Amino acid sequence: MNQTEFDIVVLGGGPGGYVAALRAAQLGLSVALVEAKHLGGICLNWGCVPTKALLRAAEINHLLHDVQEYGFNVGDIRFDIQKIVARSRAVSKQLSMGVSHLLKKAKVSVFEGVGKLNGKEAGNKWKVLVSQEGKNSLTLTTQHVILATGARARSLPGLEPDGVLVWSYKEALIPEKLPQKLLIIGSGAIGTEFASFYRAMGSDVTMLEAAPRILPAEDEEISAIAQKEFEKQGIRILTGVKLGALKKAKDSVTLQVDVAGKSENITTDIVISAVGIVGNVENIGLEGTKIRVNRNHVLIDAHCRTDEAGVYAIGDLAGPPWLAHKASHEAVLCVEAIAGKEVHPLNVTKIPGCTYCKPQIASVGYTEARAKEVGYDIRVGKFPLLANGKAVVMGETTGLVKVIFDRQTGELLGAHMIGADVTEMIQGYVIARTGELTEAELIETIFPHPTISESMHEAVLAAYGGALHF
Amino acid sequence: MATEVLMPALSPTMTEGKITRWLKKEGDKVASGDVLAEIETDKATMEFESAEDGILGRILVPQGTKGIAVGVPIALIVQKGEAVPATLPKDPAYVTSKPSPAIEDKNVLYFSGASSSSGAVVSHGSRIIASPLARRIAKEKGIDLATLKGSGPHGRILRRDVEALAISSKVQPAVNTTLSCEHASTQQTNQAALLQENLGGGSYKVVPHTTMRKVIARRLTESKSTIPHFYVSVDVELDALLALRTQLNSLSNVEGAGAFKLSVNDMLIKASAIALKQVPEVNATYTEEAMVLYDNVDISVAVSLDDGLITPIIRQAELKSLKTISLEAKELISRARAGKLKPEEFQGGTFSISNMGMYGVKNFSAVVNPPQSAILAVSAAQQRAVVVHGELKVATVMTVTLSVDHRAVDGATAAKWLAAFKAAVQSPMTLVL
Repeated sequence: MNQTEFDIVVLGGGPGGYVAALRAAQLGLSVALVEAKHLGGICLNWGCVPTKALLRAAEINHLLHDVQEYGFNVGDIRFDIQKIVARSRAVSKQLSMGVSHLLKKAKVSVFEGVGKLNGKEAGNKWKVLVSQEGKNSLTLTTQHVILATGARARSLPGLEPDGVLVWSYKEALIPEKLPQKLLIIGSGAIGTEFASFYRAMGSDVTMLEAAPRILPAEDEEISAIAQKEFEKQGIRILTGVKLGALKKAKDSVTLQVDVAGKSENITTDIVISAVGIVGNVENIGLEGTKIRVNRNHVLIDAHCRTDEAGVYAIGDLAGPPWLAHKASHEAVLCVEAIAGKEVHPLNVTKIPGCTYCKPQIASVGYTEARAKEVGYDIRVGKFPLLANGKAVVMGETTGLVKVIFDRQTGELLGAHMIGADVTEMIQGYVIARTGELTEAELIETIFPHPTISESMHEAVLAAYGGALHF
Repeated sequence: MATEVLMPALSPTMTEGKITRWLKKEGDKVASGDVLAEIETDKATMEFESAEDGILGRILVPQGTKGIAVGVPIALIVQKGEAVPATLPKDPAYVTSKPSPAIEDKNVLYFSGASSSSGAVVSHGSRIIASPLARRIAKEKGIDLATLKGSGPHGRILRRDVEALAISSKVQPAVNTTLSCEHASTQQTNQAALLQENLGGGSYKVVPHTTMRKVIARRLTESKSTIPHFYVSVDVELDALLALRTQLNSLSNVEGAGAFKLSVNDMLIKASAIALKQVPEVNATYTEEAMVLYDNVDISVAVSLDDGLITPIIRQAELKSLKTISLEAKELISRARAGKLKPEEFQGGTFSISNMGMYGVKNFSAVVNPPQSAILAVSAAQQRAVVVHGELKVATVMTVTLSVDHRAVDGATAAKWLAAFKAAVQSPMTLVL
């Protein structure tokens, strides 16, 4: 008979859940992981990873169309969308198997099925009911339950994805053919990444945003550059949009929208709804517990504890920012707190955010507007990639690095980047924020030449007396 | 060859200090014995003398710098005609003068057991680990990083540690309103609220600790948390002592050499010394291995200062006349108030007296001053009704309370000591014998 009693039971095998299980195992705790479908969760199977695989194809497509500039002549460039999708799926599968292997190596007991809190037994241990295909298969008992059931796409009334004409991210990841006309609702990370991909592959893309600007979470200046670039690529962008009624025909959809008081009917082949996510708070046994749910997210304290002793929540389920690396960080924090280690609460201003549209966007900390709003006296430094040697070499001169410092203390309050490879570079500024470096250490740091990262140095210099190369 | 001048340990308990003033400039000629700088130790400001002849080549630590660990190079002395090294040479042949040894008190050896936590261990280069941002904010707010406990990895001091001490009105709410994460913002608000609550709310200013304050805090915490205290009080009639005091003071020249004016406290010092000779178990230090019984009676007298207190010592009080005790106490107290005591003048007593009579205090108990075993708390003398042989009469009475380390002294012994003290005070001729 298999073991059914554990120190920790984790519900959900995404980047929150599986990392929690691995860390618990590392700390010598006995741990079980309950996952219904895919190890690696949305991130690995239907989110971060497969979208990046598609965007890699878009990047190659883009390069192939630019090869003349680099002295090449190529003939007919053709692609097979199904093969591109197949590669994306294969990447996800490979990484999901990798997670499975890691869990096995760490001796984590993985239970396939849906886990649900099922009250307490005598001795105060939690019971977790695992069911498969609606049938109860077994009960696990444990001291600690970590809820990491993630989130799913939010759907607006009247715009619910139907999988045929109105897609969620899931259908958008596995198109059978490229839509000729595509309407994307929402211009956050998910919306802009799909816009970039489908536009690069040749779709006629329109992107709608209710806020006055696209990428509303990013610094205004970065949003403006992104919008200009997207429009240059041929993406039509409408901001400040009020959505009206959606009418479906056999092979097309017409959406009525209001922009600046004017009504417009947009007819398209496919609609992608990318209007945020909601936590998976249902069917995990929260009913009848003290655990509080607010706007589809479980409320937790700084150590990821819910209101019910012994029950924790991490990742998307526990609220924004909805990022895999935030989930993983909370997973470690939560497990270490359970193991009695000293941990520090998550500080959201030290979590980087990356969007893999073209050009890429990466940021950490306060935007300029936010820093001012909060009352900081700030110094701002900017450096355009046009003035960076390596960016010219690579033919990737679109972009900007912007840094915001507290004038009083020299603290790096925020960093905002748009351009090639910025998602790989932002960690430099994240380290600076986490290590509490000031402008002095950043100025003294020697950046390698020639790299695009030199622009990060130059932006700091620009905030304090002047960049050398601009 | 250049010689490093290291931060000296000017007292047995000193682990760090502040250079309040350099008395020599770079380029000045220095002879052995010349005063190089004034250094604030944990108890007093001391003059630091050069052990070398030469020229003060370079000052490595500017004046006003706090928290300099003992053993850290603070200056370079070079010989005439020799170039001043730009940085500290790493050459093994390079001469490093030893830090001046902690001034040895004859009792220091005994104390090592009892006062290990405040020990005279010379710590070399005890670097403070703090983030650059924490350092900068601390500097701006005048916070000594040495007073903080770091909450970061390996005890690294972070911004939050500095700000927990000095909550800035601007930055703290900033953090609160910024966090979009509901739980995080609740947490931050709670923390800020908690701190506010603990600090009593409203507006306030944050005053960084002096070295003395830190030592007082550490030593008294050590005392109260490691020494099992008990307290014994007794009322003592003072009329005879006061009469004797008037009589003796009338013998003094009004002015000039040999003039004296005995205080009640001077006489209580003597009475304590006599009692300690009669009940020598109280003149002791408890150590893990054995009881240390002192041959001499060295009485520490608590003197309040603007920013703390210090205990200059009347050495061998049992052998000294009231007049000598009085003159010595007067001189020590005035130098204590000027911050000019030498370490051996305030370290190493065997018994303490704390007198709050001048503040009209009716009764109080004091905290034992480790490694001593007892401290006498003296309250105000008042006229009280007393019953003598069934008759009511008026007497000048004060209450004294002896705080005792129960590891060293038991209740009966403490009572015996108080009886001896009372007898000496009430039959004051013993004080002049």
